[in-house]
Amino acid sequence: MLLIRCPYCETERPEVEFVYAGEAHVARPVDPAALTDDEWKNFLFIRSNARGTHFERWRHMHGCGRFFNAVRDTVSDQFAMTYKAGMPRPTENEIKEARS
Amino acid sequence: MLQERHPLKGHRISLAEGVSLVIHDAEDSSRFNLRIAPENLGAASKAFGCELLATIGATATSGGRLALCLGPDEWQLYAPLAESRSIETTFAALYASCPHSLVDVGHREIGIAVEGAAAVLALRSACAFDFDTMPSGTGTRTIFDKAQIILIRHDENRFRIEVWRSFADHVWGLLQAASREIALGI
Repeated sequence: MLLIRCPYCETERPEVEFVYAGEAHVARPVDPAALTDDEWKNFLFIRSNARGTHFERWRHMHGCGRFFNAVRDTVSDQFAMTYKAGMPRPTENEIKEARS
Repeated sequence: MLQERHPLKGHRISLAEGVSLVIHDAEDSSRFNLRIAPENLGAASKAFGCELLATIGATATSGGRLALCLGPDEWQLYAPLAESRSIETTFAALYASCPHSLVDVGHREIGIAVEGAAAVLALRSACAFDFDTMPSGTGTRTIFDKAQIILIRHDENRFRIEVWRSFADHVWGLLQAASREIALGI
C-alpha cells in the first residue's frame, strides 16, 4: 500500500484514505465560448500521460477532505512530494531536493 | 411508539487473562459537524463553551464537551445528550454575525470504546495507518477496514471509535475477531 503525505494534515496516511483526481494544473479556460472545438477538446480530454514525473491531484477523502497536488513517478510509483492546492507547480530543483 | 434502536446496546468484549482489552458501546452523546471560517473560531469557541483548535487532529475538552478539528474548516463537536438543543440555540443566535453550518449528526453515528494495553493491537487489525504517529489527545477521520470512522485517542490505551450506525455491526464483528485472536495469542 502506498503511503501518501497529506499537506493539510501533515501526516503520512495509507492510500485507502485517498482518491485520485486526475492531472493537476489543468486550468479551466476563462471564456469557454471563445474556444474552438479543438481547443475545447484539448482542455477536456487531452492529458500529458507522462512516463516519469507526473503532477496529479489527490483528495484526502477519508481524512480532512481536501484536494491537494502531488508529484509522483509513474514508473516507480514513488511520491516525490505533495503540496497544497493552489500552489504553483514545483520546479525541477525542488522536486530533486524532495527526492533526495 | 418511538423505539430506541442501538445496534450495539449492551455489547461488551472483555479480555482479562494475560492481556487487558475492553471493548464496549460508549455512552451516547450528541454530535455536531461544524463548518466555519477559521477566522471566526473565537466566536464559535465561545458559543460551544470549549475551545476549538485550528490544528487538524487536535482535540479540546471542557465540561463534558469535546471539539475535534477534522479539516482546515471542519470540526466535530461532542456534548452530553441533554445539551443538544441548547447548543443549537446558541449557534443559531451566532449565525447573523458569523455565518457557519452546524449540522446535528447525533443519530448518524454510534460510539465504541476500545480500552486496555492491547487496544492498539486490536485497532491495527483494520486500520492501516501508523499509530505511533498519533499522539494522545488527538483524533482523526480514517478508514476501519472499509468503513469510515472517526478515531479519538484519549490517552495511550484509550480510544473511541465513532462510526455510522449502519457500519457498526461490521466494525464490531471485526473487533470481535481481532480480540479473539489476541486472547488466543495469535
